[in-house]
Parts: sequence; C-alpha cells; structure tokens
Amino acid sequence: MLLKLVPEKTDVKFINYRKIAYLFSFLSIIVAFGLYFNKGLNFGIDFEGGIMVEIGTETPADIGRIRSAMSSLKMGDVKVQEFGDPRDVLIRLEHQEGLTVDQVVEKIREILPSAIDGEISYRRTETVGSTVSGELIEDGIMAVFFAISAVLVYIWFRFEWQFGMGAVVALVHDVILTIGMFSFTGLEFNLSTIAAILTIVGYSLNDTVVVYDRIRENLRKFRKMPMSELLNLSINETLSRTVMTSVTTLIALAALFFLGGEGIHGFAAAMIWGIFVGTYSSIFIASPILLWVELQREPNTTPQAGMEVYPPKKS
Amino acid sequence: MLNFPRWKIILISLIALLGILTAVPNFLSDEQLDQYPDFLPDKQVTLGLDLQGGVHLLMEVDLTEVKKEKLASKRGDIRDALKKNNIAQRSSIRNNTIHVNLTDKSQTEQALSVIDDTVEMIGASLTGSGVPDIEVERGVGGAIVVKLTEEGLIRRSDDVVTQSIEVIRRRIDGMGTTEPNIQKQGVGRILVQVPGFDDPQKLKNIIGRTAKLSFQLVNAAIGIQDRVPPGYERFPMAESERRPGLPDSIVVSKRKILTGENLVDAGLSYDQDNRPVVSFRFDRKGGIRFADVTRKNVNRQFAIILDGVVISAPNIQSPILGGSGIITGNFTVDSASELGLLLRAGALPAKLTVVEERTVGPDLGSDNIEAGKIAAIIGLLAVMVYIILSYGAFGVVTNFALIINIALIFGLLSTLGATLTMPGVAGIVLTIGMAVDANVLIFERVREEFRLGKNALSALDAGYDKAFSTIIDANVTTFIAALILFQFGSGPVKGFAVTLAIGIATSMFTAVSLSRMIISTWARKRRPTTLKI
Repeated sequence: MLLKLVPEKTDVKFINYRKIAYLFSFLSIIVAFGLYFNKGLNFGIDFEGGIMVEIGTETPADIGRIRSAMSSLKMGDVKVQEFGDPRDVLIRLEHQEGLTVDQVVEKIREILPSAIDGEISYRRTETVGSTVSGELIEDGIMAVFFAISAVLVYIWFRFEWQFGMGAVVALVHDVILTIGMFSFTGLEFNLSTIAAILTIVGYSLNDTVVVYDRIRENLRKFRKMPMSELLNLSINETLSRTVMTSVTTLIALAALFFLGGEGIHGFAAAMIWGIFVGTYSSIFIASPILLWVELQREPNTTPQAGMEVYPPKKS
Repeated sequence: MLNFPRWKIILISLIALLGILTAVPNFLSDEQLDQYPDFLPDKQVTLGLDLQGGVHLLMEVDLTEVKKEKLASKRGDIRDALKKNNIAQRSSIRNNTIHVNLTDKSQTEQALSVIDDTVEMIGASLTGSGVPDIEVERGVGGAIVVKLTEEGLIRRSDDVVTQSIEVIRRRIDGMGTTEPNIQKQGVGRILVQVPGFDDPQKLKNIIGRTAKLSFQLVNAAIGIQDRVPPGYERFPMAESERRPGLPDSIVVSKRKILTGENLVDAGLSYDQDNRPVVSFRFDRKGGIRFADVTRKNVNRQFAIILDGVVISAPNIQSPILGGSGIITGNFTVDSASELGLLLRAGALPAKLTVVEERTVGPDLGSDNIEAGKIAAIIGLLAVMVYIILSYGAFGVVTNFALIINIALIFGLLSTLGATLTMPGVAGIVLTIGMAVDANVLIFERVREEFRLGKNALSALDAGYDKAFSTIIDANVTTFIAALILFQFGSGPVKGFAVTLAIGIATSMFTAVSLSRMIISTWARKRRPTTLKI
C-alpha cells in the first residue's frame, strides 16, 4: 500500500474561499509593512557595514561578562550574542572613528581574556566598509527586481500576459511576507537571505507555473466550463503533486535547519517559510486573480505538438 | 516511449557513468587518491573559504591618489612642452583641473596646439585607438583649462589594478602558502582570497604596503625649524631610528638617486654583529649610477626612504662600487625577511585600502563541512524513504536517478573548477528536495492517465509526454532566478547560484532521460497491465 497524503480524487472549492484568502493576505501584508517600518530588519554587517568577531570558548561563555568587558572599551553600540551554542559567541560593533579595523580587533583581543576563562579561538572576523555594504544592498534589490521582471517576460512569452500579471502579484506577495517574517523573528537579514528570497521566488513560481500549465490545458479542453469551476478543477488535479513536492523539499530543508549548523540557520528558516507562503500563494492568490482578467478562451493560434487544435469559435 | 533508440541508451549511460567517475575523487581520502589510477579523473571540488578557512580581502585602489599623481605629472609635461616652444606661463592645480595662464595671451592658439600634442592615447592597441587622457578647453579670462577624462581615469585605474594584481601575486607566492585567488572586481577593486590562512594581519602587512623605496641624498644643512627650499622635501625618521638629541625628520633632495625598480634581488642577511639586515643588489644600470653618486658624495649622508618614512640614513664612508649593499635598521628576522620579500616583489603602483575583510578560522570551516555533510546525508535519506513510501518500485527508480543526479552535480562542480561554499551545500540539499519534482510531475500525470482508463503502457507514455512542457516551464523559471543570482550575487551567494543552476540542469537530465530510459526498458520487457503507482 502506497502512502498518499492527498486522496486520489479531491474536490476542494479553493476558489470559493478566495475572498477570505484576499483578506488574510491583505492583512498579513499590512502587518508585514507595519513590522518593517516600526521594528525594521536585523541587518547583518553585509548590509550595514561594521565589524564582527565570532569566538569559540572552552566552557560556556558568560555573555553578561563579555558585554560589560566590551562596554569598557567605549566603542558605542556593541552587540554580544550566543551563536547556536553556549560556547560560540558573536560580537558585533560599528566602525570606530579614528581607529582602523585592526586596532579595534586588537583591542577586543586584549580585553576578552578578562571576561572568558580558558582558551579563546577566533573563529571568524568580518568587516564590511560602508561603501561596500551600500553596493551590496543595491545589488540585492536589483537581483530581486530583475528576477521578477525576467519571470514576468518568460511567462508572458509562454502563456498570456494575464498569467504573467497573476504570477508577479503572487511573487511580490511572497517577497513582502518573507521580509515581514524576518522583521517579526529578528533573524539576521544578510546576503544569504537575498539568496533565500530569490530561491523562494523561483520555488513559488515553479508551483504557480505548474498550476497555470494545467489551467491552460483545461481552458482548451473544457471550453464552456465556468471559470471558477475550471480553476478549482485545475488546482485539485495538481494538488497531489503540489503536496508531494512541498513535502520532499520541506524534508530536505528541515535537515538543513536542524543539522546544517548555525551559519545556514536563517537561510533554511527563510526557505521553509517560503515553501508555505509560495504554495499558499499559487493556490489562493495567483489562480483566483485570473478571474479578474478576461482570459482568452480561443486556443493559441500556434498549435503545439501533441495537442488538439479546435476550430476558432465565434463568441 | 517504449522504443528507446540504442544510441540514446548508450549516450545516457555514458553521461551517468562520466558523472560518477568525476564525482568519485571527492569521496576519497588523499592517500586513496594517490593510489588512484592516472587515467581516471582526480579533480576535487574546490572548497570555499567558509568551508576550509582562510582570508578574504577586498581592496580598493586609492583613485584620488592616482588622480593627483596623474595631474602633477601632466602639469610637468605641459610646462616642459610650453617652455620648449618659448611660451611663458604659470599653472596651478585646482578642483582636479590644471589651469594654465599664459604671460602673453596672443600665444593662446599656439599654446593650445602644443598642449594638444601632449595628449596621450590610453589603451591604444592594434584594434583600437584608445581614449585621450586629457581634455583641453579655453577657460574664462583667457586661461587654458586641462581636465582628466573620465574614460582615461578608468583605463588608468584598470592599469593600476592589473599591475597591483601582478605585484600581489608575486608577494603571496613569495610567502609560499597555498594557491591564492586574486582577481579584479568592478572598477578599481581587487579581491584577494587566500585559503588555509588565518592571519589577516600578516596578509595585510604583506599585500597592503605600497613598498615604494628610494635612495635620496640628505641635505644636513637644513635644520628642523627651517623652511624646506624648492627642490627638497622633508621626511620623518622611522620610530626605531629616532635618537635623543637628533632631529625626528630629515630633509633630502627631491632627485632620487635610485628607486626600488633598480633592485634585482633583496632578502634577509646578517651584519658583522649578527644582527638581521636586508641585503639588496642593483641591476647593472643601477649599480653604475650608485657607484657614480657615492664616489662624488663621500662623507655625505643618503637616506633610504620606504613609503614616505626614512628607514635608514647611513654616511657614505667610501664609494659603493659592487652594486649591492645592506639596509641596517632595527630589524627582527621576521621584519627583515618581510621587507626583503616586498622589495623583491616590487612596489604597488598605488595605495590600496581594505574595504571588506572576512576571515574564517580552520576549525569553523571543518565544523561547517561536518554539519553540511550530516544535513545532506540525513536529508537525502529522509527524502528517499518518503519517495519509496509514495511510489513503491517507481520510487526506487527515482531514488536511483537522484543519486546519479548528486554524482553529476559533484562531477560538474569538480570539472568546472567551481567553488563549493556553505550556501552551495544548501543549494545541493535544496536540489535534492526539488529534483524529485520532475519525477513527481511525471508520476502524478501517469496516475491520472491510468485512472482515466488508459492501459499501463499508454498511461506511462502520456504521463511523460504531457508532463514534459510543465517540467520545462517550471525549471526554466527557477533557472532564471539562479542566473540572476549569479550575476548579482557576491562570494558565497554566487556559490549557491552555481550549485542551484547545475542542480536544475542535472535533475532535468536524470528525471526526464535517465528515469524514463529505465522505466521504458522495464515496461518493454514486462509489458505490465497494471501500474502500482
């Protein structure tokens, strides 16, 4: 007996819940914006510039002691936090006026032995200058923008412009909610987060395209079926695949989240969130949006291989 | 679909085999690799700095410095050219432009053509004429205004970057560590990555110093309070060379006797008291010139100036004829051999500043690899179990395809010489999850067609056919995202984009070609009437 998470034949009226979904998404987006403007994002040094030192200690470190030792250096706002393990500490500070990065690191190395017992290993030091961090932000925004535009063009080319619109609305929805999630959880927002967002864009699109593909096929097959019924049918037909792929990807991501180490934690978290949001948006946002726009129900003028071409119908 | 032509079967099997062969070296230890037959590929994936530890530095050429030097030398050229043509003038540099005021304004036309002749074409080659380095205009009040062109500056900074990369490479090679990665990045930037090295300070000492060396005669008559007369300049003494009662700075003639460019060799040596010193040798021309100058200046002092600081100011006791000498100073063995290395490798054409620095200790690197390995293996196993539970025998085929897929990813990464980073490992794990998608699309389609009442064989056929366009659309879109990520990403993110893109390509192959081949071969032999899917 094979495992089937989704029964063979489903008939869930997804489209009928669209108003609830719109409202839910609308509210979520408002909350995401609210969080973004009030709480902001916990930018990593990639985007904010500054100095970061990761140290390993022999015994669990006393964060409070390290913090007070660091504040005796009078270097402004210093963040000290545990990094996945009590023997792994992250220290972050801003660039210091009048001091080079090396001088700052030297001072940290001098003061730390007073706050930590035993050997200290310097696992990682990173400094990013303010011009570089500005460029990294710019590149990140450009990457997301170009990815979405390129996708719009591709879908337009392969389907109709209405589909491209729907897919882009769903993508923007996913990106906003992911940024909102980062603001809410306070997870560090850095270069790999941009990578995660772009992968979410790719994944969500993947999902949307599979459903759209089926909608296109059914539009040709059932030429008189009411639109909302046709959308429901298409979503239900692809539901088993949607769930199957989401589950395998989630399994892989869960392994990454729990076992992949602290450095990849934020990335895996963003991706897991993205799988849920992306799947939700392809069903509840990208598909019902097709109801708003007039879809051409004549078959494509250029016949495709393996596909029946019906004679054009006068409406 | 049942008729798979023989050539296709051979081709698909060959690709899969090649994937396995190129991937295998990654799973062998160094000793095993030594005994590995020569005719087999033995390239391993290059590990990124985050996985093996190392230093990453992004350095920026000081463009204002480049500009300043260029302006000063251009002003000299213009002055000399005008003088040759008997045109009297005064010039000054303000706001990055040279202002030339002629004493006799009626010579303006002539002066303009003389200045035009000093224009150099930068980057001229057989294929192109290059770009002019300056722009000449008439300014207000009859003055002539000379500006540096933007393109000329960019070309100039490109030259500086190229020369700097050469110098940096020589310096790091001189340190004898592992293969550094040194490359140009954008305009005026150099990326230096040295794997397996975790002392950024030492690295910066070696590559960050300009190491401009010059020998100049000292004018001892000018005291510490005096104004420096034209033709002379004042330099501070190195801290180790300061003595109580003696001045902290020294005035030297602007004329350089020799510079670091005249050196052919330099290195650590010891003086008669067994103190470390830096010994050097001049090239032939330099040796003759040094002999000449020292012969004429016995009992005078000359200064050895390194990056604007006097590191030594010895007396010329007798002419130095052999074309070689030593620099004494307060050296340790380390600092003397370091300076020797810098002098051997040559000076940087401009000052470099560090704008981004990342250092990963070796133990963090190995921790990351360990965690990545465990996550990948557990993730893979869990996905495989789930697939078999869902698709039974078809799941076994999918899993086989998945393993070949991973082999192909590693094989391609090794062959292309791509770098595997921690986000790259994440990319592989993600691909494991997503690679299954193509098979899922196919099997779900087969299930549907089978339920519609088709017989097993035509259901399989229709499943593969109809799922194909969906698979293409779904993968192309993700591929686009990966390409854009590669274009705009930097460092580790690029590594992620590479593995994602490779993973998409290989998973298309394994899902569409390999698994299809296996299933169709099975179907042709068994002629199944029902499908357990």
